[in-house]
Amino acid sequence: MALKSKDIAELLDEPACEHNTKSKSGCAKPKPGASAGGCAFDGAQIALLPIADVAHIVHGPIACAGSSWDNRGTRSSGPDLYRIGMTTDLTEEDVVMGRGEQRLYHAIKQAVADYAPPAVFVYNTCVPALIGDDVDAVCLAAADHCQVPVVPIDSAGFYGTKNLGNRIAGDAMVKHVIGTAEPLPAPVIAGHEDIIVHDVNLVGEYNIAGEFWHVLPLLDELGIRVLCTLSGDARFHEVQTMHRAEVNMMVCSKAMLNIARKMEDKYNIPWFEGSFYGITDTSEALRSFACLLKDDSLTARTEALIEREETRIRSALAPWRERLAGKRVLLYTGGVKSWSVISALQDLGMVVVATGTKKSTEEDKARIRELMGEDTMMIDDGNPKELLRIVDEYHADILIAGGRNMYTALKAKVPFLDINQERDFGYAGYEGMLELVRQLSLTIESPVWQQARTPAPWGVSSTGQALTAPIPFLQSTTEQAMVGGLSLKETSPLPDRQVAGEVG
Amino acid sequence: MTEIQKRKKAMSVSPLKASQTVGASLAFLGLQRSIPLMHGAQGCTAFAIVFFVRHFREPVPLQTTAMDQVSSVMGADDNIVEALHAICEKNSPDIIGLVTTGLAETQGCDLRGGLLNFRKEYPQFANTEVVAVNTPDFSGSFESGYALALKAMIQTLVPDTSATEEKRVGLRKRQVNVLCGAQLTPGDLEFVSESIEQFGLRPLLIPDLSGSMDGHLNDSAYDPLTTGGTSVADVKTAGESIATLVIGASLFPAAKALHKRSGVPEYRFNHLMDLASNDRWLSTLAEISGQAVPPRFDRQRRQLQDALLDTHFMIGDRRVAIAADPDLLIAFNDLLASVGARTVAAVVPASSPAIKSMRLNSVKVGDLEDLEKLAREHKADLLLGNSHATESAIRLGIPQLHVGFPQYDLLGGYQRCWSGYRGVRQALFDLANLLHAPHNEIASYHSVYSQKHDVEATGSEHTLVESYG
Repeated sequence: MALKSKDIAELLDEPACEHNTKSKSGCAKPKPGASAGGCAFDGAQIALLPIADVAHIVHGPIACAGSSWDNRGTRSSGPDLYRIGMTTDLTEEDVVMGRGEQRLYHAIKQAVADYAPPAVFVYNTCVPALIGDDVDAVCLAAADHCQVPVVPIDSAGFYGTKNLGNRIAGDAMVKHVIGTAEPLPAPVIAGHEDIIVHDVNLVGEYNIAGEFWHVLPLLDELGIRVLCTLSGDARFHEVQTMHRAEVNMMVCSKAMLNIARKMEDKYNIPWFEGSFYGITDTSEALRSFACLLKDDSLTARTEALIEREETRIRSALAPWRERLAGKRVLLYTGGVKSWSVISALQDLGMVVVATGTKKSTEEDKARIRELMGEDTMMIDDGNPKELLRIVDEYHADILIAGGRNMYTALKAKVPFLDINQERDFGYAGYEGMLELVRQLSLTIESPVWQQARTPAPWGVSSTGQALTAPIPFLQSTTEQAMVGGLSLKETSPLPDRQVAGEVG
Repeated sequence: MTEIQKRKKAMSVSPLKASQTVGASLAFLGLQRSIPLMHGAQGCTAFAIVFFVRHFREPVPLQTTAMDQVSSVMGADDNIVEALHAICEKNSPDIIGLVTTGLAETQGCDLRGGLLNFRKEYPQFANTEVVAVNTPDFSGSFESGYALALKAMIQTLVPDTSATEEKRVGLRKRQVNVLCGAQLTPGDLEFVSESIEQFGLRPLLIPDLSGSMDGHLNDSAYDPLTTGGTSVADVKTAGESIATLVIGASLFPAAKALHKRSGVPEYRFNHLMDLASNDRWLSTLAEISGQAVPPRFDRQRRQLQDALLDTHFMIGDRRVAIAADPDLLIAFNDLLASVGARTVAAVVPASSPAIKSMRLNSVKVGDLEDLEKLAREHKADLLLGNSHATESAIRLGIPQLHVGFPQYDLLGGYQRCWSGYRGVRQALFDLANLLHAPHNEIASYHSVYSQKHDVEATGSEHTLVESYG
């Protein structure tokens, strides 16, 4: 049965979320002809796809899975079934003759027979929702036949935004998966026999580019067992055991807050919000665990680990700090990340001139003011044109934003760093800061920007009109001879036009 | 006659198919100051944007009618009006490509009714052309959606003179129409234009992705519409050209429509990816223009002949698996056949009339899982496919040549020129290099009776390095 508007309203009503009282609660109605962003299906799939050993079947015609499968930076340490796209790929005949349910039933059987997954997730999409396929019933029947859990995730795109999809996904986990199996006993590690091992969950951690593997060794060292990260590098069995955790951490995400809240109601598990971006926030997150777990030995060991790690990473970052300190950043990213990344950049001595707050709550904004001062520029509507105007006005050296804005920046010849889920680099934890500075320096100091901004020497603009202004000649600051091409040394100044001309 | 093996599985695994909606949108991206508008939920458009952005590494204009819960049930024709109005008011494009999704079609949208209402309600935007086309994702594939869009473009924009006495054919004495298939990259289109210009003719590419999606930096930092491509005004003059060249069998229905409306004589090509088709291409241009083929082509032809000789040692008799939309499959099958390779596994996402008569015994309608199975079964040496096929190639342990949509793990793949003597020559070199890789060498054999004790240390050096002198 398709989701009723009552169910949607219930999902949108999230008492634990500060957005809840505002008009922007859950999702505003999208405006035809002026909308961007994903749908509920997109959100549901993004939230759960990283569960690596599950067969994820998209029930619908091709467009839903066809343009989106295999499309995330998340990493698995083992199985890679999640990287295989599966869809019922409905045909016109299926739609007209009502054969969608039958096809779905056989699709589930096929997935189980060919890939033997521990569970099958079925994502419902617009077309079958509209023609009234009873996905719940098919899943029940198929689960009964195959003797494998089959979880329906009713996420037709027209239900609403990506954010709603995240919640639908979270709701499905609480309803169908969490609490259906018990965790294995914690192993005793040689040398750590005297440590009490605590079980925790991380919700909203996606292990982009494997970045959580910067953090996990620290948790191991502290005797904190991660029962499950929802959903980066997760396994179905791990999700089943989440109800046995002592603490939940919500990682950089408001979207799946409903999971933490419902688990608090149902299983009495306390939770906190935190982030692993930046030195300050990483330390803070570790402290929060120790605090909520109420273990004095853990608290002492945590403080010792933080001091050791902070000292180590600050000395490793020192040479980079010199190069990046004072550089001006325009940060445009959603919600919690806006403050968590600010602290990471400030750890490096960089100046954040403005930040996006489209998805931030009042609490997020308060933290931003706390970090950046009262007169911080907050960008609510970050259309590309506006972002570029702000880059210009505030003399930003770099735009840090999601991948979809990358080519906006590059077309305007502005240095850019991708901070969202499609990126190829991991920035989390203390160790992740080293990758962050490397990437920041790489783009900010690159010689390509100067070259891209220099017009053709013969005075014709790219629109084919002759330039009226004289060509700005570059000042030569180097006597370096250029042989065989441009020097790409990080900090070398650009060669002057004459020399470059000889090369060409 | 090719045997078409239909889809038998309930579930598509590692899909090869991209939707008709996405294909149709691509066609509109080849027009100037244009924006495709998808009639569907906003996710349909969001996915398509990611699909294109990752392939072209360019910002891509694309909008949505943003159907939601209520309009999906109660009717979303008003969303069409509202979306067209919003786009016209904000960006005043020259043309909007209004394409449908599976959601809108299942709901039973009245596309033309919605458009009509928009025209009635907002006559002030009469200057913006709107081409409406039905492209549900539950039938066809990327290629057929593109072809449908092109046909609709012609039927909407090119005046129908079939019933009138007035002859307009050839009023533009040097203008040649080119209907460009979905398989052509911006690089291919540059070759098409340049080769036509060599004969003193003016190419009118419909559509022209080399003007918009070729990856160029503009002076303006941000554009909400396409920044290049064929202008709507130019498309409208297609009936006054002296000839129409068609590249891609999927476009033959669109070409027929253009011929019927305008009477412009047409010349059909499946592709420009082997020596024979390029010979015919240049001869046709010589015939149309009345000019001799420039000497440079003669030179390039000799170079290709030489490359055919050089590379046939590596490519000849090799076994190739291809996953592609039908027209691209036809092109690569011909190219490989021209140098003696064999297509042992061929998978298309959806059938087309043209593959029934291609030079191949059997084609499977299916997905990348099917391709992987067929390739394994028939012991393929090389895989041709998009970026999604990379994992298959790794599992099969064979090299891959990136072809088709999308190519997100290969920089520059979107603009690679495969057409013309030079494009074909480079393709041959690349194929030969891939097939020349070390894993094709004979593995060293160590006799159990051997007295040598250097097996551990130097075993790998005992492989045969040069199979062919």
